[in-house]
Amino acid sequence: MHNKNTEITVGMFVAAGIVALFILAMKVSNLADLNDEEGYRVVAEFENIGGLKVRSPVTLAGVRVGRVEAIDLNSQTYNADVTLNLYGSYNQIPTDTAASIYTAGLLGEQYIGLEAGAEDEFLQDGDVIDLTQPALVLEQVIGQFLFSKAEGDE
Amino acid sequence: MIDTIRSLGRWGLDSFERLGRGHIFLLHTLQGVPELFLRFSLVIQQLFSVGVLSVLLILISGLFVGMVLGLQGYNTLVDFGAEESLGVLVSLSLVRELGPVVSALLFAGRAGSALTAEIGLMKSTEQLSGMEMMAVDPMRRVIAPRFLAGLISMPLLAALFSAMGIFGGFLVGHSLLGIDDGAFWSQMQVKTDWYDDVLNGVIKSIVFGFVCTWIALFEGYDATPTSEGVGRATTRTVVHSAFAILGLDFVLTALMFGEG
Amino acid sequence: MPLIKIRDLHFYRGSRAIFDGVNIDIDRGKITAIMGPSGTGKTTLLRLIGGQLRPDRGTIEVDGQDVHKLSHSDLYDLRKRMGMLFQSGALLTDLSVFDNVAFPLREHTKLPESLIRDLVLMKLQSVGLRNAHNLMPSELSGGMARRVALARAVTLDPMMIMYDEPFTGQDPISMGTLVNLIHKMNDAMKLTSVIVSHDVAETAEIADYIYLLSAGKVIEKGSPVQLKRSSSQWVQQFMQGLPDGPVPFHFPGDSLEDDLFSQKVSG
Repeated sequence: MHNKNTEITVGMFVAAGIVALFILAMKVSNLADLNDEEGYRVVAEFENIGGLKVRSPVTLAGVRVGRVEAIDLNSQTYNADVTLNLYGSYNQIPTDTAASIYTAGLLGEQYIGLEAGAEDEFLQDGDVIDLTQPALVLEQVIGQFLFSKAEGDE
Repeated sequence: MIDTIRSLGRWGLDSFERLGRGHIFLLHTLQGVPELFLRFSLVIQQLFSVGVLSVLLILISGLFVGMVLGLQGYNTLVDFGAEESLGVLVSLSLVRELGPVVSALLFAGRAGSALTAEIGLMKSTEQLSGMEMMAVDPMRRVIAPRFLAGLISMPLLAALFSAMGIFGGFLVGHSLLGIDDGAFWSQMQVKTDWYDDVLNGVIKSIVFGFVCTWIALFEGYDATPTSEGVGRATTRTVVHSAFAILGLDFVLTALMFGEG
Repeated sequence: MPLIKIRDLHFYRGSRAIFDGVNIDIDRGKITAIMGPSGTGKTTLLRLIGGQLRPDRGTIEVDGQDVHKLSHSDLYDLRKRMGMLFQSGALLTDLSVFDNVAFPLREHTKLPESLIRDLVLMKLQSVGLRNAHNLMPSELSGGMARRVALARAVTLDPMMIMYDEPFTGQDPISMGTLVNLIHKMNDAMKLTSVIVSHDVAETAEIADYIYLLSAGKVIEKGSPVQLKRSSSQWVQQFMQGLPDGPVPFHFPGDSLEDDLFSQKVSG
């Protein structure tokens, strides 16, 4: 009773739709990057995180080594506690590594850049990164610039 | 004056009553869905007329929408020297908004109106009544399979639309305007998030598919059983679906992308 | 005991009474006709019997069961034993003649396809359309569509069959065919038939008993012969199709003289 051709075309339609979804997942979005290998957590305390968001990338020498997992306010120091999830395969990052918040391009989004230190010991789960540099907030930079310029003029 | 208020009141009451009937209708439809898995051939037939017959329209529209996005986006981005971000612009606008919304609007116009006309015609030629008297529940036999088919088709069509649109944007960006293809794809991949963007877009299109199919079937089922009534119901399907899609899109966008 | 027992039936559409206290008995194995002018709700009556509409008051019993007190599934079980022939035929337009007749069998039974084929062809043979089984409903004439619908209505071998205006709009040949078929079906299958119609001659030819309805009430009942001898002027007007009588030719309202000579300007 049911036309065979109908079933075939419907099958093709469903398959094409699923392929399109797959393309959107793998080729267009970052799903391919998301299947994070089990990593380890490190906390860094920043004075100001600017526009940093959960899931922003963490890079070392430009290579992506992890992502921001959580951002909390430290109620004692009033600084931001940023929890980084570093991929398990990058388990040889020295303990005196410095973390800074950078902006990708002039208007791009913010990410955390690590600069490797020289210690022989490596960061482990639960460690804290002490050397941090806060995000540059454009208004503050411009304000400082104008202020110093005004001082210089006098 | 009093007459105006009275007609407004009557309109309000009528609308409420229709809304109520619409929800009861939906309830009966949903009750018919589970047993469809035992008779999936009914759904397959409807997938053909609801889904497959819309594919060509969706693909071509998607291609052109993507190409236009590519051109317009390039012209704007080049002023900032950010034409490398064209891929991001194209993919985000398609995956988040245009894919679900435009394909749902096209779906309402193509498949929704056809569903309304078909059901309305079945009603006006007493086919639905005839089925009832043959002890076959039209809600289960006619309405539910079409509903499920619409629900399945919509996200697939939206995905096809988005994929095709991104391809169209890439065609324009890379082949016509000479943007580096590596930059196009990699920027896109970095900035398009699977959960936040793609999955939310898919959720949107499922919601739109649900609402559009519901409206189309209900309008057909509730149509005045004359050729004039069916014609008016078909128009109503397209208009109401468009309102519902755009209104819900705002609500969903606010829920999904509202907080940073 | 009659197969269908209608007691004190009231049904309103808006504030207009379609039925206003109607009592009807339909005997088993007989052809009973319900007749009346257009707009007296004859089709509505069939829908009430079939449980598609609910009466505002009164009861309808079919084979001892109160139709409107049945649960959804019991009602559907009852409907499997009722056949109904709609005025338009109500064939499913996307299925062929064969599939239309096979439809109730495929929906309600798990018979093997070869058996369904035999049954369907037999039913089509009985209405003379076996060789048309490949046609689509759009390719059929009105009379043929009704005959297919008749074949479909009897595929499940129902106990009764209801005909909604079976003769309306038919040419004399298909009319004769249908009259003949309804009669034969009734006798051959031991059916109970209910015919709703306003075609007096054809209906009187085959009906065993006739109810005349008007303005929501049963005006007269009896065998065709009794009705033809009825003393009621109304019955005579209806049975003989006189243009004027108790049912006036003119729509009631102001008299012509008033309308022509009064100074009132309408609008």
